[in-house]
Amino acid sequence: MSELDEVVNEFVVESYENLDQLDRDLLALEDDPDDPGVLASIFRTIHTVKGTCGFLGFAKLESISHVGENLLSRLRDGELRLTPDMANALLALSDAVRAMLGEIERTGTEGDTDYSALRETLTRLNAGDAPAGEAEDERLGEMLVADDVATEEQVTEAVARQILGDERKIGQILVEEAGAPATQVAKVLERQTEARGSVADSTIRVDVRLLDNLMTLVGELVLARNQIVQLVTEQDDTTLIATSQRLSLITTELQEGAMKTRMQPIGNVWSKFPRVVRDLAAACNKAVRVEMKGEETELDKTIIESIKDPLTHLVRNAVDHGIEPREARVAMGKPAEGRLLVRAFHEGGQVNIEISDDGGGIDATKVRAKAVERGLLTADEAARMTERDLCQLIFEPGFSTADQITNVSGRGVGMDVVKTNIERIGGTVDVTTAVGEGTTFRIKIPLTLAIIPALIVTSGDERFAIPQINLLELVRIDGAEAATAIEHLHGTPVYRLRGNLLPLVHLHEHLGQVRDGERDVINIVVLRADDRTFGLVVEGISDSAEIVVKPLGNHFKGLTTYAGATILGDGRVALILDVMGLAQQANVVSETRDRSMTEATERVSEDSEETTAALLFRTPDDGRMALPLSLVDRLEEIAATSIEHTGDSEVVQYRGDILPIVRLSQVLPERRLVPRNGGDELAPDILQVVVVRNGEQRAGLVVEQILDIVRQPVALEPGARSGVVGTTVVSDRVTEVIDLPAVLSMAGLDERASVAAGV
Amino acid sequence: MADRQFCTFYIDGHYLGIDVVEVQEVIRYQAMTPVPLAAPEVSGLINLRGQIVTALDLRQRFGMPERPEGTLPMNVVVRTNDGSVSLLVDEIGDVLDVDDRTFERPPETLDAATRRLVRGAYKLDGQLLLVLETDRAAALAA
Repeated sequence: MSELDEVVNEFVVESYENLDQLDRDLLALEDDPDDPGVLASIFRTIHTVKGTCGFLGFAKLESISHVGENLLSRLRDGELRLTPDMANALLALSDAVRAMLGEIERTGTEGDTDYSALRETLTRLNAGDAPAGEAEDERLGEMLVADDVATEEQVTEAVARQILGDERKIGQILVEEAGAPATQVAKVLERQTEARGSVADSTIRVDVRLLDNLMTLVGELVLARNQIVQLVTEQDDTTLIATSQRLSLITTELQEGAMKTRMQPIGNVWSKFPRVVRDLAAACNKAVRVEMKGEETELDKTIIESIKDPLTHLVRNAVDHGIEPREARVAMGKPAEGRLLVRAFHEGGQVNIEISDDGGGIDATKVRAKAVERGLLTADEAARMTERDLCQLIFEPGFSTADQITNVSGRGVGMDVVKTNIERIGGTVDVTTAVGEGTTFRIKIPLTLAIIPALIVTSGDERFAIPQINLLELVRIDGAEAATAIEHLHGTPVYRLRGNLLPLVHLHEHLGQVRDGERDVINIVVLRADDRTFGLVVEGISDSAEIVVKPLGNHFKGLTTYAGATILGDGRVALILDVMGLAQQANVVSETRDRSMTEATERVSEDSEETTAALLFRTPDDGRMALPLSLVDRLEEIAATSIEHTGDSEVVQYRGDILPIVRLSQVLPERRLVPRNGGDELAPDILQVVVVRNGEQRAGLVVEQILDIVRQPVALEPGARSGVVGTTVVSDRVTEVIDLPAVLSMAGLDERASVAAGV
Repeated sequence: MADRQFCTFYIDGHYLGIDVVEVQEVIRYQAMTPVPLAAPEVSGLINLRGQIVTALDLRQRFGMPERPEGTLPMNVVVRTNDGSVSLLVDEIGDVLDVDDRTFERPPETLDAATRRLVRGAYKLDGQLLLVLETDRAAALAA
């Protein structure tokens, strides 16, 4: 690539970014036409485009931006006020510039589209007596005067020449007519530009391919690290062990760093939405206000790329089908202006994106009728389906409930593509709706694709990786219970999980592996596919690991059981299970119509808007307590023998740190141990420890037994005792919610934390 | 035509060869991860210095009887359009220089499945060297 090409390329890239900003600004300006900051920003964008293409010799682009700039400068100076006409014209200008940039990118020329109509509109809107470009040039003039490059008279004269039709730049006029030193004028110009763009100095542009390459290498490094770490466990050379730990640490940091370089705020995709919505709403004669929350939520670039289209589709759909026309809204007693909320947030290593509108919702009756009409379901099947399930039908290929096919959407292609695209990157999409109130699409996607946390399970002597994103919980049944735990419903194995039937899939049966004899332990991996939950029965749970996903070759085309393969710490290859594919093959998703479980959980979360996940555990006195999951770092089993004593407090070495141990029974007097059968069993060998974090302070909370993780409504009855925030009802039982800061302080831990912080 | 070099090997008593330019490397038996539900020809996946390579059993590919118990196959890793693929063979022979004039297309009477996988044969002294149609042998889609 020649140097000039590179400059042009950079100009195109930069301008695209600027134009996105411009669109946003223009829309913001419509809300507040007098915001000087926004006006200045718009002006700068167009001015920069104009300036650069003048320099690069794109005359057409320069001249059209110049006309826009004139209008903008008068807006900025308060001589004109933004009208909808002007906003339209300026948006059209942004489109025109974009089109020309596209042409430049493809062919290197500006193309020969005629923009004279737009130019006329802009000129007409600008109709007035003030001369073009005066404001900007005067500013430059002021700088020149201040620097003694030119006198005030010279500048005034130059501006006057411009007013009389001299098309040269003010600097040029000064140099050519007034004999101002060209180098100094150039310097001042440079300073003027600098003042606008100094933020750019702290960043550099890097080719994405380079980053991809880097990421691949880091992936390889992670694999090599995993292998080394595994090998080292068999050695007792302390130097080697220390070195491998260091290597491991650095690799993890490098991996995080490399991943961060590819992270982009999701707002980059969203920035186009206000424009899309505005145009679309105007075309449908609707009024829609877009609200965005969590634009700064970051995602891997490749993921951003692949969710762009699905998201745009959902947004368009919401405007076209979701939100009703103004009159209809008013008639229903809603505000005339519809509201579209786009929200993103991180949760449990995943990114959640919600697109909700306050429109008409999806009418289940209509969906049912349509599904039968299209032959997707028999009338019988349709009648038996719940409204919730009916709504999921909109993701089926060839389905659209729009009465009228508009040119925007409703042609029956779309939602299934949205779903496929999101699933391709390991995400899920879900819809909830209420007729007359609105629809919400909830998308969950992984942060990155390259390296994912996974659970390693075994089946038939082989190990398989299950992406953590699909994992809900692990259930282990042993002893006498194992023989009866799995029941059969018309030949389909099910397990009663907290009173709900969980359909089961035996992994070894599914894979056609032979099983050597019965086992007395049943391991169920509870997985989520779509909005359904099912249990995968595996032989053993081996470990959790960060794995590098490698695609499978062509030989496995059509094999939907696997999402790829990875190399484990011992150098062996393991297959990654595709939970969606597995569920589909096992018919868990499409045919199991027993949804009591999903519905139950759904009801809980719908009943109370605000729920938090909480860890439920049993205390030594056989009582139940809950702890907000956000405070929990990990659950560990720690051997009682590994507990050491410093002074009168108990500690344990944990991941290279010293973890203070807090026994609830000692801190909360009413939770004291109740001696049973003489008390011999009171000193278990293995302690169940909840590693909690309160600010900087970590501690290990010894509990009797971990019971469950529940969605718990925040509504609390305030508690009277110290160490307890309050009581709430979990699964029909009164449960105390622990006040972690208070408990830690009762255990004398907060002082140490403040000392540590003070150091 | 110039002479060519062939990497030769045996499967079930047959003497076959692959043009050396198509061969990436020849390695000893590697621990393999079987892929349940995959086509029968797929023996498994091997870790070739961090790269995951599919191993195909050539005996299966040719519909020959299974390798006797207790014998371990060798990997002939070939380059294909879809990346590296390992072909499992019984035993590795020499690298041979052959005279192109001794080449002959496979006879029409050869059964169709085998004909598809064989480019032809070189008439060597005392035996025939079958030339593998590498791309077809390394791909599964019939």
